[in-house]
Amino acid sequence: MERDREAPMIDWINVILQGVLVGGLYAMFAAGLSLIFGVMRLVNIAHGDLIVLAAYVALVTTETLGVGPLTSLALVVPLMAVIGYALQRLVLNRTLGEDLLPPLLVTFGLSVIIQNGLLAVFTADSRKLQAGDIEVATIRVFEGVYVGLLPLLQFAIAVAVIAALQFVFYRTALGRAFRATADSQSVAQLMGLDNRHVFALAMALSLAVVAIAGVFLAVRANFDPAIGPARLIFGFEAVIIGGLGSLWGTLAGGVVLGVAQAIGAHINPGWQLLAGHMAFLVILAVRPEGLFPRART
Amino acid sequence: MSEPPLLAVRHLDAFYGDFQALFDLSVDVQAGEAVAVVGANGAGKSTLLSSIAGLIRTRRDAVTFDGATIGGTPAHTIAARGIALVPEGRALFPSLTVEENLLIGGQLKRPGYWNLRRVHELFPMLAERAHVPSTTLSGGQQQMAAIGRGLMSNPKLLLCDEISLGLAPIVVRDIYARLPMILAQGTSLMLVEQDVVQALKATQRVYCLQEGRVALAGAAKDLTREAIAAAYFGV
Repeated sequence: MERDREAPMIDWINVILQGVLVGGLYAMFAAGLSLIFGVMRLVNIAHGDLIVLAAYVALVTTETLGVGPLTSLALVVPLMAVIGYALQRLVLNRTLGEDLLPPLLVTFGLSVIIQNGLLAVFTADSRKLQAGDIEVATIRVFEGVYVGLLPLLQFAIAVAVIAALQFVFYRTALGRAFRATADSQSVAQLMGLDNRHVFALAMALSLAVVAIAGVFLAVRANFDPAIGPARLIFGFEAVIIGGLGSLWGTLAGGVVLGVAQAIGAHINPGWQLLAGHMAFLVILAVRPEGLFPRART
Repeated sequence: MSEPPLLAVRHLDAFYGDFQALFDLSVDVQAGEAVAVVGANGAGKSTLLSSIAGLIRTRRDAVTFDGATIGGTPAHTIAARGIALVPEGRALFPSLTVEENLLIGGQLKRPGYWNLRRVHELFPMLAERAHVPSTTLSGGQQQMAAIGRGLMSNPKLLLCDEISLGLAPIVVRDIYARLPMILAQGTSLMLVEQDVVQALKATQRVYCLQEGRVALAGAAKDLTREAIAAAYFGV
């Protein structure tokens, strides 16, 4: 395809804008992961598969109830939150302790179970949620520069979700409970906080965000039972690039990842994923604590 | 005493793994009383408080509070019953500001005299430094914040673990000067202390622990320095 030699700058602006907006999606993948790690030092290997599970739940909801993807959120979000509470309370709370390994092993097993369960019920066929005209609508920012309406909307929602999570963490009693329990489980108990309940609420919140990420994913691209682990990788990379413990950092991390991938893809379509991983490795080498780490006193 | 005590610890054994820290320990706190528990390092004072607060598992009937046996029940339910522990070393939450530490102390929303405003009246410097990270306070200020945090749950019994630890004498005197106000509002006190002089001045009765056992018990005014020193060191 011949590139317009008179306006390569415009090309790059479009590319970077697209990358920024995809970053919103990656930040959604990452936010729930970041939250859980911050509150209970748990690395959820099944996180990506839970996003895919949410996508399938949204699929079933839209098909049986005949509603659009956005409306399906009203069911998918509470349902995933309840699943998160139950998962933490019944299974994952038992794995928490001094050792980092049990939660990794259990969530790895969970990942396998979810993938195979989805495979058995839905087959390996690629699926996608239809959102209608919004999927192809574009907005003209200025001469030659266009952004997709759907990516823009998803980015705006991602910013809103992160702002909401920040609000919960730093301006509510629940957020105080999360931070205190993360600081010291035993002293938090002295305040009357039941750690099992606090952790379960954190997981419920995480999976509520996962539900939104799942619906985003389902509308944006084709999905099948096996794509979970790749989403997990993007989520991890966004969290690490942005800095552990900072939700806005996770957004920044997602954007850096998205832009890196977009630039890579523009140079050579086969380089898309590689460019993202390279950016991740560079940040890890040069600034391992991430771009905006929250300093722990 | 015809009335049953507010807190009755009876034949308490406490273990850290295989290591036994407390042997057949029995202590009392009457409602409205201030009781001191003194002893050398390793005597078992903090273990006693941790056992009462539920951080260490014990037999159910080893600890009776307000008429109910609470030994071994989860720490968060014991806090809900009206026992607040001010942990050794203050143990404020580093991720929270001073005010947030106080607010989380009030998480249980137990009714009573103490609220944020009244804790600020008791310790005015906490109001001045409300929104700074709790870790930026001096040792004495952190101790006041930790005590204030304990009061926010309106406990019937406040357990204080070595509040004089690492503080200058003038700061310790300043903190101890506020304890009568806490007692006056109806909260009973159990003070674990290495500073015996301060503890004797602030309380009505004293227990002296030595190697996990009660070596001496009596009214603060009745015990001589020699008797306490003997019990403290086991000579």
